[in-house]
Amino acid sequence: MSESQARVVVVEPAARWPSFALGELWTQRELVYFLTWRDVKVRYKQTLFGVAWAILQPLLTMLVFSLFFGRLAKVPSQGVPYPLFALAALVPWTFFANGLTQSANSVVLSQNLITKVYFPRLAIPLATVLAGALDFVLAFVLLLVFLIAYGIAPKASWIGIVPFSLLAFAATLGVGLWLAALNVLYRDVRYAVPFLAQLWLFATPIAYPSSLLGEPWRTVYALNPMVAVVDGFRWALLGTPAPSSASVAVSCAVTLVLLVTGSLFFRRTEQSFADVV
Amino acid sequence: MTQVIRATGLGKRYELGRTLRRDRTLRESVVESVGELMRSTRRNGAQSADRELWALRDATFEIAEGEAVGLIGANGAGKSTLLKLLSRVTAPTTGRAEIHGRVGSLLEVGTGFHPDLTGRENVFLNGAILGMRGSEIERKFDEIVAFAEVERFLDTPVKRYSSGMYLRLAFAVAAHLEPEVLLVDEVLAVGDAAFQRKCLGKMGDVAASGRTVVFVSHNMDAVLRLCTRALLLEHGRVAESGPSAEVVAGYLARGGTGSPPAQWIDLADARRRGSAEARFTRVRYAVPDEPGRVPRPGGPVRFDLEIDSTIAQSVASVAVVLRSQTGVMLLVADIIERGVPLSLTPGRTAVRFDIGALNLTSGTYGVTLWMSQAIGKPIDEVTAFDLEILGDATRGFGASAGSLVHCPFTVSFPSGADAQPD
Repeated sequence: MSESQARVVVVEPAARWPSFALGELWTQRELVYFLTWRDVKVRYKQTLFGVAWAILQPLLTMLVFSLFFGRLAKVPSQGVPYPLFALAALVPWTFFANGLTQSANSVVLSQNLITKVYFPRLAIPLATVLAGALDFVLAFVLLLVFLIAYGIAPKASWIGIVPFSLLAFAATLGVGLWLAALNVLYRDVRYAVPFLAQLWLFATPIAYPSSLLGEPWRTVYALNPMVAVVDGFRWALLGTPAPSSASVAVSCAVTLVLLVTGSLFFRRTEQSFADVV
Repeated sequence: MTQVIRATGLGKRYELGRTLRRDRTLRESVVESVGELMRSTRRNGAQSADRELWALRDATFEIAEGEAVGLIGANGAGKSTLLKLLSRVTAPTTGRAEIHGRVGSLLEVGTGFHPDLTGRENVFLNGAILGMRGSEIERKFDEIVAFAEVERFLDTPVKRYSSGMYLRLAFAVAAHLEPEVLLVDEVLAVGDAAFQRKCLGKMGDVAASGRTVVFVSHNMDAVLRLCTRALLLEHGRVAESGPSAEVVAGYLARGGTGSPPAQWIDLADARRRGSAEARFTRVRYAVPDEPGRVPRPGGPVRFDLEIDSTIAQSVASVAVVLRSQTGVMLLVADIIERGVPLSLTPGRTAVRFDIGALNLTSGTYGVTLWMSQAIGKPIDEVTAFDLEILGDATRGFGASAGSLVHCPFTVSFPSGADAQPD
């Protein structure tokens, strides 16, 4: 074989303080690609609506929210038509909530792989969240259609959704890593996750604007990273007031902590995945 | 020779009833922790050794480049655990191992196959999971498909495949992995004889190409033919290591997969039926003049039987019966053939069968003992023990396609005739 890299594989007891092993993950990026591709392919196999599910979920939620919160409860929407107001939040939220649920179950569902073959285990939740990104793109197209239908012209500020999308991705992965590893150890997670996602929905300004909160609380509120994401999306696309730099900073810091601790916890527990799962 | 695998003190401990539990919930874990805390305060130190299991302990060995090594041993001896550690599926509790080169492990055929994906898609997915690069899979794709003989069904989801097609495709992907060190668990135990033969052939190719192979098997014939060296594991420890012929012989002399030769096998607890007026009490088999050796295909074997009778009687039929693993009756050595009944007296009677040529191929066979009158129900019928038959061949293939009857032959290629092998 041409590749004469004299690789040495070392087998030894689990380290107390694991490394991220990002280098290994990078050398196996093709595997991450194939696992993502599998998740994308499999997700809507043998379903009637297929890929339309990626659009139906935020669309139907938006309709329900618009009816109950917008029409009946008359929840303020910062001067933006309520359907747009809700959809701009639901698109990143759906990505987050689905990513959370799916990555929480990803490792347990891959137990046949984990007990039989070695590869960087981080590839599993990572691929799951990446596969969700495709749904996110499709849902975003739906959002574009609505923006145009409401006569909103593209602006330079739309670029702003890129960093906020990345923040959403990082937050999803951070929480997903924690839940995926915990789920291997304790199957309670399986039951807790739908409940967690539901509570998190109400703790995020999706049906209502975050302007309902006063200032010291708004920054505390930003401990939920999805607050900055949702406010950022609305600001970039709909021209609502920008989230304060303090709350964006808080959200970013929390996301970073989640991502780092999530990876470390995952790496620490992954050594025993094959024995426990 | 350079050492490709160097292991020192490798050990794996499982905590019974804890880590092995599949579905553990937070509540259970809290309850256990509290229980453990109370126990540890009560009697300090004495770690509950009964709740621990060392699946592998203190395994130290070296494997040189290009060696084909067989891992043998009874079920639960730690073979698969060792393979799991070497392939990094799970981390050892103690010790360390270094492996030089690209490691490919094949602990199962079809790992990561997704039922909803097509054959084509699964080739790529499975290849990536086994450690192949996309370009590598693309290059070998046609070869893999041809090897698996599934061309027509490439775009069908594999859940619609027959189990044979599924296995063939899965093995084809694995077989085209080109690692420098190949770790193989008992994948050969699945599939039909033709499939197993294909697997063995491919592994032989890998070994012959100078790559290192570590191979777990219960098939002693395959170990002898494929492996230059063998490690015998017993109760999680490496009991023996050396040339495969010696290690296999030593293993079989101590019983191996069946019962040991040249030792009395007590039948008190054996599965039996019959009127019990007389019973087989014990049995022994051996190759005359070669105690400790299991019989060879076509070679002699002697059976010594002991019968304990309650009454004086004459029995027409006393027999040794050999069956295949699937229960097919293959050989019967019966005194009824000679027309000389056996006179039993109250107490013990010995019977000896000398079989001149045991015309069965290498493998494991079930031995049943039979005693009856010419007609009617058995007086005693005992499922006695498993007998291993093993040849001396250290190259080539095992008996073709799972054949059972040993057939001595010679082969030549007379010149002039159109006997050119293809």
